[in-house]
Amino acid sequence: MSRKISMKQAINEALDLEMRRDPTVIVMGEDIVGGTGAQGEDDAWGGVLGVTKGLYAKHGNRLMDTPLSESAYIGAAVGAAACGLRPVAELMFLDFMGVCFDQIFNQAAKFRYMFGGKAETPVVIRGMVGAGFRAAAQHSQMLTPLFTHIPGLKVVCPSNAYDAKGLLIQSIRDNDPVIFCEHKNLYGLECEVPAESYAIPFGEANVLRDGDDVTIVSYGLTVHRAMEAATALAKDGTEAEVIDLRTLSPIDWDTIVESVERTGRLVVVDEAHPRCNLATDIAAFVGQNAFGALKAGIQMVTAPHTPVPFAPSLEDLYVPSADSIASAVKRTLSPKGARSIAA
Amino acid sequence: MAQNPFPLGKDELLKAYRTMRTIREFEERLHVDFAKGDIPGFVHLYAGEEACATGIMMHLNDNDRIASTHRGHGHCIAKGVDVHAMMAEIYGRSTGACRGKGGSMHIADLSKGMMGANGILGAGAPLICGAALAAKVRGDRGVGITFVGDGASNQGTFLESLNLAAVWNLPVVFVVENNGYAESTAMEWAVSCDSYVDRATGFGMPGVTVDGTDFFAVYEAAGEIIRRARDGGGPALLECNMVRFYGHFEGDAQTYRAKGELEAIRATRDCLTILSERVIEAGVIGRDELQTIDREVNALIEDAVRAAKAAPLPVAEDLLRDVYVSY
Ligand SMILES: Cc1ncc(C[n+]2csc(CCOP(=O)(O)OP(=O)(O)O)c2C)c(N)n1
Ligand SMILES: [Mg+2]
Repeated sequence: MSRKISMKQAINEALDLEMRRDPTVIVMGEDIVGGTGAQGEDDAWGGVLGVTKGLYAKHGNRLMDTPLSESAYIGAAVGAAACGLRPVAELMFLDFMGVCFDQIFNQAAKFRYMFGGKAETPVVIRGMVGAGFRAAAQHSQMLTPLFTHIPGLKVVCPSNAYDAKGLLIQSIRDNDPVIFCEHKNLYGLECEVPAESYAIPFGEANVLRDGDDVTIVSYGLTVHRAMEAATALAKDGTEAEVIDLRTLSPIDWDTIVESVERTGRLVVVDEAHPRCNLATDIAAFVGQNAFGALKAGIQMVTAPHTPVPFAPSLEDLYVPSADSIASAVKRTLSPKGARSIAA
Repeated sequence: MAQNPFPLGKDELLKAYRTMRTIREFEERLHVDFAKGDIPGFVHLYAGEEACATGIMMHLNDNDRIASTHRGHGHCIAKGVDVHAMMAEIYGRSTGACRGKGGSMHIADLSKGMMGANGILGAGAPLICGAALAAKVRGDRGVGITFVGDGASNQGTFLESLNLAAVWNLPVVFVVENNGYAESTAMEWAVSCDSYVDRATGFGMPGVTVDGTDFFAVYEAAGEIIRRARDGGGPALLECNMVRFYGHFEGDAQTYRAKGELEAIRATRDCLTILSERVIEAGVIGRDELQTIDREVNALIEDAVRAAKAAPLPVAEDLLRDVYVSY
């Protein structure tokens, strides 16, 4: 049975189903239950935006509120994972990674390799990413390139409720540390989602739209901007293929390369800053492995090399827009496309 | 007129009252305008906690630095940041204290020694150790004050800073603003020791706990430890027990509170009422004098909102400006 639910509900459902299936799954984070130690209602918050609301009634103490000590509880989740549990630790805003990054990139990410293949650390660290929420410089970042840079971490960033559910279930079952990135501006977005459990394998991109003229690759929120751009371009007779990466590490190189070999043109859209991000990564890979297929210079559409501004008038310029994506596509189609330089 | 039994002269008392009233009015206005949908983003209100910021800041000058929290409007106002610039910042205007780039959670005015509200819990503590170190190296008798909530007092950065400040004998005061909650989680549950004084002792520095709704209690305790820090006596911790009148942020239904709790704290622990009643009862200040201040503050906030709404928005070129000094 499938019904329309939001990405927020889909994440809640994935946690619920996996907690039912596997008693080693525990969920922890700041105010993910809420009201701990206070005299009012239980489950007073269910997470800062209500993502985990209702799980406490179903699973009791397997949902753990934490003190405001990310180094300690994220590290504890990593340690517990190394000792047989499957913790899902919520980091509220992934920007807060700043205070607990050691436990993630020096510890969780390295156990497997450093200990000669003898360790498994099946921890999931999930939290919000992305701009557009008027949440300013420290609550709005798309830090995905920091995570994809680290060997040993898997990185997931769904663009819709269906993928969020299947990818979170896969993340929990996966035996490596996973950083699960939830775009806060997609929480309310609904789509058809089966009620039953299903897992979406890592490393499989989703082709959202077929087209022969140009390939647009993205992930997270900007997938929707890319689709808008594709719809607008179709009116002028340009057919764009739109690829939603879904997982950033591992990444589905095959789907990208196959598409570019057919279209000969590539636009990569990334909400992260422009230096050393997913867009540059993909552009470099395609440049190295499919150079012969390219009919024009690869175009990258990214956020600028600035922190996320607070003022709505600036933040609206910050996130890549459908218009900027459509313009990038047009640059690949212009006769000078091969030599054009991104704005 | 009766003899003044307070540790501050009448002018100073009026100043303290004006500061507290300004904070209250500022926050209550934001509460209303946020509900109307006028204000973007997250807003954490300081209403109910005014005595703490004011009682401490009365001892500071522009050369002293403070590091604030996500709940920073009160600290800004008490440290002398311009109310018009603050309001414009919260409205995301180019006339804002940070030209609209920062918003409510990042208001700063370095010229006033206000090193910024902060979106990262515990982040102010190491920074203020640096400010105090700079003051110590310069030998200018400056002190650094960092504010931290009960919840954020469990951050590693905060705990490490206590130790660092003690080891380096820095002129720092760590102010724990204990309002009983971190978001929806009770302080009693989340903080493992019974008293912040014990925590301070464990880090080798004096700790003092005061009723943070009593302006005079804060003022006197802060005065002593700030003087000590200024004179090279080293860091100290000051816990202010206080109450927050609104939700964690605007939009919080506060179902974690006990029934009747909010009504009770508003009725019995309103720091503005407590201060006004004491000065009026002592016969030092007349109710009409306070009412005059109320009217002036009201007009000031009204004008700040009007100006903010009329102010220009930042424009496209501003997006790329000020990432570096030079690049
Ligand atoms: C490192 C970090 N973790 C979590 C948060 C999210 N957060 C913002 S305010 C807050 C509660 C803070 O409580 P407390 O320190 O008691 O201050 P209060 O809000 O009561 O003034 C939380 C969890 C954050 N901003 N930074
Ligand atoms: Mg608190």
